[in-house]
Amino acid sequence: MSAIVKVSNLTKTYGDTTAVQDVSFELEENKIYGLLGRNGAGKTTIMHMLTAQQFASSGDIQVFGAAPYENESVLRRICFIKESQKYPATFNVKDVLEVSAMLHPNWDAAYASELTAAFGLPLKRRMQKLSRGMLSAVGVVVGLASRAPLTIFDEPYLGLDAVARSMFYDRLLADYAEHPRTVILSTHLIDEVSKLLEHVLLIDQGRLLLNEDVERLSGMAYSVVGAAARIESFAAGKQVLSRESMGAIASATILGEAGVQERREAAERGLEFTPVSLQQLIVHLTGGKNGEKEAVTR
Amino acid sequence: MSLLIDDSRPIFVQIAERIENDIIEGALPEESQVPSTNQFAAFYQINPATAAKGVNLLTEQGILYKKRGIGMFVSAGARATLIEKRKEQFFEQYVVAMMREAEKLGITQEQLADMVRRGGSKS
Repeated sequence: MSAIVKVSNLTKTYGDTTAVQDVSFELEENKIYGLLGRNGAGKTTIMHMLTAQQFASSGDIQVFGAAPYENESVLRRICFIKESQKYPATFNVKDVLEVSAMLHPNWDAAYASELTAAFGLPLKRRMQKLSRGMLSAVGVVVGLASRAPLTIFDEPYLGLDAVARSMFYDRLLADYAEHPRTVILSTHLIDEVSKLLEHVLLIDQGRLLLNEDVERLSGMAYSVVGAAARIESFAAGKQVLSRESMGAIASATILGEAGVQERREAAERGLEFTPVSLQQLIVHLTGGKNGEKEAVTR
Repeated sequence: MSLLIDDSRPIFVQIAERIENDIIEGALPEESQVPSTNQFAAFYQINPATAAKGVNLLTEQGILYKKRGIGMFVSAGARATLIEKRKEQFFEQYVVAMMREAEKLGITQEQLADMVRRGGSKS
């Protein structure tokens, strides 16, 4: 696998604020990545720097083997669908599609028309008159039809209803299967997209907290519920992410693999074993008390 | 999202189990072709790489085999192998769990045996 994006020690500061702090990662070709994190974590700043729309304060970015800034050969291979893309006042949907066709060498006009119809987009309507959901749908159409080797979606489904979101996931998977490319989905709607992702980058307060294959994350933590005293003895010596108690009943979320031995240990104590979803894991890792967090490495 | 996939275990394991079930129940007969990873991905709305890992898991165990340029097929004898494996899991998965719950409720061994017989005559 070859890395098409190499980011090392990337930092971005605005005055006293550090938006992105010493972030390093690589993206391999033809995988679907999730760039996850809470609002204001620094996801959008990272995407802006990857696509040369903002300068890094320090650190190095290589996209397709070169620095992206003012580099036509790099930038034409990227399609970045921004959450709040601004369009010229006179543009209608058709204009946006025509300009996108000029910008993206792999543009598939027939596919774009098919998607436009599927999402029920009115071609003649001015962009300014579109609803939030329709604006998002235009972004989805452009992102998919551009077939750019690196396609980045920043919160692509704001305002899209459940049917349209599901259609987006279906279309993305189908087109990705036929035309593999590297996709970054930036979102805080983790449960909905977790099944689409192959690899997750979790950003928290400007730092990279997790960089892991999704499949390994799904077995990375578990919860046990039961009598408080037994929970204590079970949790002893384990890395506990969070505890809750209600009277004599307690629960603990534990970082670690839920192996046969742990399951047996829990069963012997009469504790109930429950899995932790990717979304719950991320809530536990990013939700809470400052200062207690450490990068999770395996 | 697909209701057929849950958060309890890694998705590729669940994909492998679904294929196993189809083989055991005869929906995927031996020597028949298994859907492609892209078909699995589209059907379950999952990443194709994840689907491929599920299929690979069964290939490693000899349950599926690859015909070059055509696709994946169910091996001869796969069904018997899987049934053997599931029988081993049955005790741990169902019997042990049932005994534990029965103990909690104060159900005696005789009552339990009686219930199993009654359950058996129903199906």
